[in-house]
Amino acid sequence: MSKIQRLVLGRLALGLLTLFAVSLLMFAGLEFLPGDLAQQILGQSATPDTVAAFRAELGLDQPPHIRYLDWLGGVARGDLGNSLASGRPVTDLIGPRLANTLFLAGYAAAIAVPLAVGLGLMAALWRNTAFDRGANLGALSAISMPEFFVAYLLILFLSIKAGLFPTLARIDMASGPVDALHATFLPALTLILVVVAHMMRMTRAAIINVLASPYIEMARLKGVSRRRVILVHALPNALAPIVNVVALNLAYLIVGVVVVEVVFSYPGLGQLLVDAVSSRDLPIVQAVGLVFAAVYITLNVLADIASMIANPRLRHGS
Amino acid sequence: MKSLLRSAPPTALFGMVVLAAVAITAVFAPLLAPYGETEVVGSAYQQWTSAHPLGTDNLGRDMLSRMIFGARNTVGLALLTTVLAFVAGATLGMVAALKGGWVDQVLARAVDVLMAVPPLILALMLLAIVGASIPNMIAVISVIYLAPVFRLARAAAMNVVGLDFVEAARLRGEGLGWLVGREILPNIWSTLVAEFGVRFCFVFLFIAALSFLGIGIQPPTADWGSMVKENATLITFGDVTPLIPAAAIALLTIAVNLIVDWMLHRASGLET
Amino acid sequence: MGNLLTIRGLALEAGPRRSPTRLLRGIDLDLDRGEVLGLVGESGAGKSTAGLAAMGHVRDGVRVAAGSVEFDGQDLLRLPRGRLRRLHGRHLSYVAQSAAASFNPAHRLIDQVTEAPRLHRVASRKAAQADAVALFSQMHLPDPGGIGARYPHQVSGGQLQRAMTAMAMTCRPGLIVFDEPTTALDVTTQIEVLGAIRDAVEEHGTAAIYISHDLAVVAQMADRICVMKDGLVVETAPTRTMLDAPREDYTRSLWSVRSFRRPEAEAPAPEPLLEGRGVTAAYGRVRVLHGLDFAFARGRTTAVVGESGSGKSTLARVLAGLLPPEAGEVVWGGEPMEMRLARRGSGTLRHVQMIYQSADTALNPRHAIRRILSRPVRRFTGRRGAALEARVGELMDQVELDRALLDRRPGELSGGQKQRVGIARALAAEPEFVICDEVTSALDQLVAEGILRLLVGLQRELGLTFMFITHDLAVVEAIAHHVIVLENGRIVEQGGRDDIFERPRHPYTRRLLASVPRMDPDWLDRARTRDLQPHA
Repeated sequence: MSKIQRLVLGRLALGLLTLFAVSLLMFAGLEFLPGDLAQQILGQSATPDTVAAFRAELGLDQPPHIRYLDWLGGVARGDLGNSLASGRPVTDLIGPRLANTLFLAGYAAAIAVPLAVGLGLMAALWRNTAFDRGANLGALSAISMPEFFVAYLLILFLSIKAGLFPTLARIDMASGPVDALHATFLPALTLILVVVAHMMRMTRAAIINVLASPYIEMARLKGVSRRRVILVHALPNALAPIVNVVALNLAYLIVGVVVVEVVFSYPGLGQLLVDAVSSRDLPIVQAVGLVFAAVYITLNVLADIASMIANPRLRHGS
Repeated sequence: MKSLLRSAPPTALFGMVVLAAVAITAVFAPLLAPYGETEVVGSAYQQWTSAHPLGTDNLGRDMLSRMIFGARNTVGLALLTTVLAFVAGATLGMVAALKGGWVDQVLARAVDVLMAVPPLILALMLLAIVGASIPNMIAVISVIYLAPVFRLARAAAMNVVGLDFVEAARLRGEGLGWLVGREILPNIWSTLVAEFGVRFCFVFLFIAALSFLGIGIQPPTADWGSMVKENATLITFGDVTPLIPAAAIALLTIAVNLIVDWMLHRASGLET
Repeated sequence: MGNLLTIRGLALEAGPRRSPTRLLRGIDLDLDRGEVLGLVGESGAGKSTAGLAAMGHVRDGVRVAAGSVEFDGQDLLRLPRGRLRRLHGRHLSYVAQSAAASFNPAHRLIDQVTEAPRLHRVASRKAAQADAVALFSQMHLPDPGGIGARYPHQVSGGQLQRAMTAMAMTCRPGLIVFDEPTTALDVTTQIEVLGAIRDAVEEHGTAAIYISHDLAVVAQMADRICVMKDGLVVETAPTRTMLDAPREDYTRSLWSVRSFRRPEAEAPAPEPLLEGRGVTAAYGRVRVLHGLDFAFARGRTTAVVGESGSGKSTLARVLAGLLPPEAGEVVWGGEPMEMRLARRGSGTLRHVQMIYQSADTALNPRHAIRRILSRPVRRFTGRRGAALEARVGELMDQVELDRALLDRRPGELSGGQKQRVGIARALAAEPEFVICDEVTSALDQLVAEGILRLLVGLQRELGLTFMFITHDLAVVEAIAHHVIVLENGRIVEQGGRDDIFERPRHPYTRRLLASVPRMDPDWLDRARTRDLQPHA
């Protein structure tokens, strides 16, 4: 097995281990809870019988490690338990909403990634020009705004004043992809604005870092043209950091989606999670949390693996 | 100090003016506000009038007064949370860098797990378990933001720990307290200060988002994030009032970011 | 005017326009076709800036304030970018100090070496590759046909440096600028690279500017030498004239450090203060020291020499208690010595002190000198109040520093002053055994000499025992009583200084001694033809 294969496998294993650690963390959080969870959720007025029944329902009468393994086994079989509020299987609730959330995040990413990398590249090349300073100030402002502020501004101007898009993002695939893209344009745009700002700043920094290397000066002193310096000498080395930046920001997008879904009443996982937290519907919180964590960890692992593969020192062992 | 201010670009000066204005509002909130924080002064959703310059909210409380008290609550809690995260994160980070070995390994792995979950998701999950309240929220967010501070402090301290003057102090038999407080901290201080600004922005936006989601600062406490949530319906009628607290959040964050940007720029300029 | 390069009144500056940092303050240089000019000076003299300017290149943030650089009749500083680019790589080429950083990690060597001839349409890809292989073999690179297929990180530093010289040669340029090409290499590698560079330059009749801080190296390469200081040219003369009869005081001072010798005639070796038996140490699973037996004579200086990776710094860490040995023992004054720092009593801590290579990192930049010195005085001697104050002043006197400096911070002191503070801090403990780790190698020659004189004086006055780690054999010759030669974590030879220098027995010692450049323009020829015999 080559060095890079070992590194990639090692990173995958670490990702899996992290996921286990996260599930354990979530589980342990419940254990260290002061007082009795069932009592707390049901309130002081609950009769001892109701509490006992509820405890059995949650499996609280079992020792913790048994419950953890039970729960983990359930996860492996695709059984995430039932919602406390509605009694429906968590899997049924999550499925369609996961698809909606991935659609929205994918929509935003498809526009944001090329835009941000392009802008970052230009800002790095035209460093300290008016364009760079303007882009920097714009990006700084964008990352300083809460997502809900951006979202409401867009609603106010593009929806209520201009009437171009709906205020509520109801997604209905049946009416065709164009309608779906139109209906979800505002939430996607909100995500794009926030993510592009972060991604652009980080791309710019990564490229400037590469351009400062001695081998770039060497290429210039060999009489290599500016274009060729960027494309042949800088880009292959900037690839790893840029891939990393992209993946990091996709992970960030997953989080930004929560607030945006609430603003636009978009039927996604984020909305579900917030509702479940408010009503303390713990099986749903656990399951949705785990899904988000899994996506986030996967993206981070992919980013690390991509930058390992993009690194010539690792690709061609020593 | 005077020459420092004069050398500041207009963007940084703007940031400082905004920061000072918010600080003054927060400190003198009870003197400045025309009405009480939770006082119901009339019917809900009144228009802007001379008696209520920003109208009233969904329960008939004076918007302006709640904005002023909100400055105190929102900023104060964000500040407190950031300070807690910094004291814990930086101390642990420096100790990990100095001690190395299993102490470092255990702390670093624990932080890896904390950072493997998106902060907002982790906060939501933890708050679902412990219940939403102000002390719980502060504790949960401090723990979550301790992780990046730990990583930064550890990385910065690592650069210093390897230097010969730290080795010289070790060879003298100096204890952990001296090494952390006298040898390392002064040398990573400027890094930590700049990071404090950045982290404050994150925490501030984070608390605003949680409050907006209804899981952060709880009513009837006046807070910018929840004020947006409480009055959001007005936007559908083309009324900008609910955007004012949101704009205040954005303005303060931009101000802090502009100051931090200038500080970082200066630091990099002085080093080279 | 047969001149290839004519620089007149060249002034470069950087930083704010109102109070710029002046990198070059008006220098004149001339270079004939096929001539090699050596550029010598201490750090900050402006050598590299001048070398790059000779190619018409100024780095980002640097401005041309005045002057001209005329190459083959055209003023490079006023040439349009496109025209200058057509000269770069074709008629003017560059060899940088760090080959590892100057090769692009993403491309194979052969593609980088043949890039210039292909871009400038000097040769087809095939012809350029064939030529590159020929140049590789001329540069004595192993496997000239195959090495080009490798990536930079798969090739050693010395080989990369030779490959970079080949790269500079590909278009047969009129001028090559060599910017400290061997400074990062070990001496035994340096000699090979120097030889290869000189052969190549001679064979192709290329003119060159050879930049180095090491006069002895420049003397091997250059026809003429130009000495620079603070952005100005101090003196220019043909190499032999410069070595035999330098005109300027500053130039002479660059020579003098090599003439410093410790006063001779000391009693025969006294009993050892510290003895090691079978000392073996490792970082993790990598064993760095393999069963060393050694002794440090009381009140004497024992130099530990070797190239990078030989284990000399590791030995220092072991004795300081930072890296407990896996096996073996160390005896201090007849008693076994505790090797774990945490278990050492205050007596042992006090008796073993260290002085570091880089005074910049050895002193906490946030502490005033007073605090740096008073802390160890308090800890080790328990002095307080007026006694403490008096002792700190006394330490400043001992290292010949003005007491007024006590309230300054390290950043406000010069390199030599900082190194003296480092020495004073070691003395504060009133030690017996002082480990000096490359204490002069980061300093300019004159300052280094002052530090050596100070250390010799302190030894005589206080009876200190020195362990002197260095890769600079000139320093060893100047101050050591005994020498330990390390190679790959093993002691290959140890003995009195004169024995080692005049009658080296081990082949590695001979090679090491023969590789040190001498202040003699014929040294490289003799060293190579006699195939690394010990010098007379």
